[in-house]
Amino acid sequence: MCEQEIDSIIEKYRGKHGALIHALTEIQHENHWLPHEVMQKVADALDVPFSQVMQIASFYKTFSLTPKGRHEVHVCTGMTCHLRGGAKLMGKVEEITGLKPGETDAEAKFTLEAGSCLGSCSIGPELIIDGKHYGRMTPEKAADVLKQYE
Amino acid sequence: MPRLQTAAELERLRAGIFAGRDRARPCIAVCGGAACDGLDSAAVGAAFAAEIKKQGLEAKVDFRVTGCHGFCNKGPNVVVGPGDICYFEVKPEDVPDVVACALKGEVVDRLVYRHPATGEKAVHMNEVPFYKHQMRVLIGDIPKIDPMRIDDYLAVGGYGALTKALTQMTPDQVLDEVKKANLRGRGGGGFPAGSKWETTKNAPEKTKYVIVNGHEGESAAFMDRAMLTGNPHKVLEGLIIGGYAIGARQGFIYTRHDSPQMAEHITAALEQAEEYGLLGENILGSGFDFKVELHFDVGIFVSGESSALMRSIEGNPPEPRPKYIRTSVSGIWDKPSNLNNVETWANVPEIIGRGADWFTSIGTEKSKGTKLVSLSGHVVNSGVIEVPMGTPLRTIVFDIGGGVPDGKAPKAIHFGGAMGGSIPISMIDAPLDFDGMSKLGAPIGAGGLLVMDEDTDMVEIARYLLDFLVKESCGKCVPCREGMWQMLKILTNIIEGKGRKFDLDRLADLAEVTSLGSLCALGKTSADPLKSMLRYFKAEFETRIAAGSQPQ
Repeated sequence: MCEQEIDSIIEKYRGKHGALIHALTEIQHENHWLPHEVMQKVADALDVPFSQVMQIASFYKTFSLTPKGRHEVHVCTGMTCHLRGGAKLMGKVEEITGLKPGETDAEAKFTLEAGSCLGSCSIGPELIIDGKHYGRMTPEKAADVLKQYE
Repeated sequence: MPRLQTAAELERLRAGIFAGRDRARPCIAVCGGAACDGLDSAAVGAAFAAEIKKQGLEAKVDFRVTGCHGFCNKGPNVVVGPGDICYFEVKPEDVPDVVACALKGEVVDRLVYRHPATGEKAVHMNEVPFYKHQMRVLIGDIPKIDPMRIDDYLAVGGYGALTKALTQMTPDQVLDEVKKANLRGRGGGGFPAGSKWETTKNAPEKTKYVIVNGHEGESAAFMDRAMLTGNPHKVLEGLIIGGYAIGARQGFIYTRHDSPQMAEHITAALEQAEEYGLLGENILGSGFDFKVELHFDVGIFVSGESSALMRSIEGNPPEPRPKYIRTSVSGIWDKPSNLNNVETWANVPEIIGRGADWFTSIGTEKSKGTKLVSLSGHVVNSGVIEVPMGTPLRTIVFDIGGGVPDGKAPKAIHFGGAMGGSIPISMIDAPLDFDGMSKLGAPIGAGGLLVMDEDTDMVEIARYLLDFLVKESCGKCVPCREGMWQMLKILTNIIEGKGRKFDLDRLADLAEVTSLGSLCALGKTSADPLKSMLRYFKAEFETRIAAGSQPQ
């Protein structure tokens, strides 16, 4: 965990309880998950009850309360991707990684996410790894793509 | 750059930008939209930059990376001016030829459009079938604009409407013009924007807010992202004009957290507009103050609902509230808050600039102007399109979309994502119109159009859409949380061959209760796709149930 960065994010929002979501989002982006003690720090600094921090952190899908893998594997489950075989793609990725959406493997290599419509519908179905888009994916090609990640 | 103090200074600046540009000079625009980006247009852009540098052509060729050109599935897209020569599926190795031909005024023959069936060539944008049936009022400028440069927007006449509003019109006149234009909300409801503005304007509280809803959670809708990422200033200009008309000094742009490029472009647009004096205090010497904050959703569908979105801007969980009092009267921090979607705001500068009469000359009797549509699914040409309201769906699906790939027959057209509806292909001559499409059971929604081919299993699609909404329900109200869950259970049973005799009646009951009893549009319209499918494709459901009850 990059404690300094997290602290500087928290400092930026000290006392601004309206900025709770902003603060948590930035920490999530930086650290990829929200440890308990970090949320406590946020609660103290922004002067909001811990329960409210938890309410936000557990409500929104973006926030993770558990550590994530080194690579975020995202299979688009939006409507176009679905029509074009997104479910089969998801099945294959689940099989390769041994994960269900939301899970992280024991070596913390991959976290699998199902996500709806990322706006590149014209090249669906899509696999997105660490923000890099792999369009027109087939279950066969997905295996080759995933192999590139260590 | 010092802040512009008057409208005259803005016009002088614009004249300077014009004077510095040679219209005859070749201009290469590489699309950096979402799909092209997914097809690695960044590598193509980098290759152009390197080639221009290598040959020392900086003074001879203009080059820019732009937002979405529209023809997404043929990306990476490159448009070369003058003459808007369109190149498709461009690879980095094509770059030297494109540059060489651009300098000579020639065309790289192998990269131009060829009709998949006839082989007929189309070189210029107005000849390519995908583009030539469109009317690109809102998105037409995108290939001409580097979204990170405000000067590019000024060069296409940007902020001219704002100048007109601030210097020649009173706030009431601006409002009247929007009302006269009969601009209807593009986010899904089709509610008249002018009436909404008026409600906020007339609300007793002095502090008022205006908001851009750029959440675009509707599945298979991607046109608002294309608009906001490709030409953020146009949306911003509309918002500032709206703030002036309504009497708001604070605006918000609420958008997705998962599109870093969009965030970057909006942030740059806000900074540059502020630097130029188009945001901030005393805009262009008019005495009107206006500032804008950028907010992000944090990954949940319901935060696109107006009251939920406003809760989210306050920093609270995005739970919708009952709307006995409209958000236009009591919204963010209980102040009157006028919310419109990206496309609605983008129409405002056009209406003020060209006048309501021009706007109402386009479209049908009750749906005016153009409409952005995200065209995808089982269709040959997929992307972001803009057509006049009233355009027959046939034009969209066949003339622009090129029909269904792989020689298959189309079966249905779906509009409006998970809260929309599907109509059979026999209704393809219906015009694109808010009220007409709602009556058919496939409301336009935000404008995501999906073509479904003959192999599409409608029961499975109904289940898929409900599954999506079940996961996105905030859970605050029981009819939505439990009603959808029960419908999903029944549909899942039908698909697994465990359908029972009265399932369709039960589904109809649940659909009705969920629609009546839910707090917000998510629950209220959650059963709309199912209702449309039961209306037009009931036989498929009955067949599935009957098949399940027989011994396998």
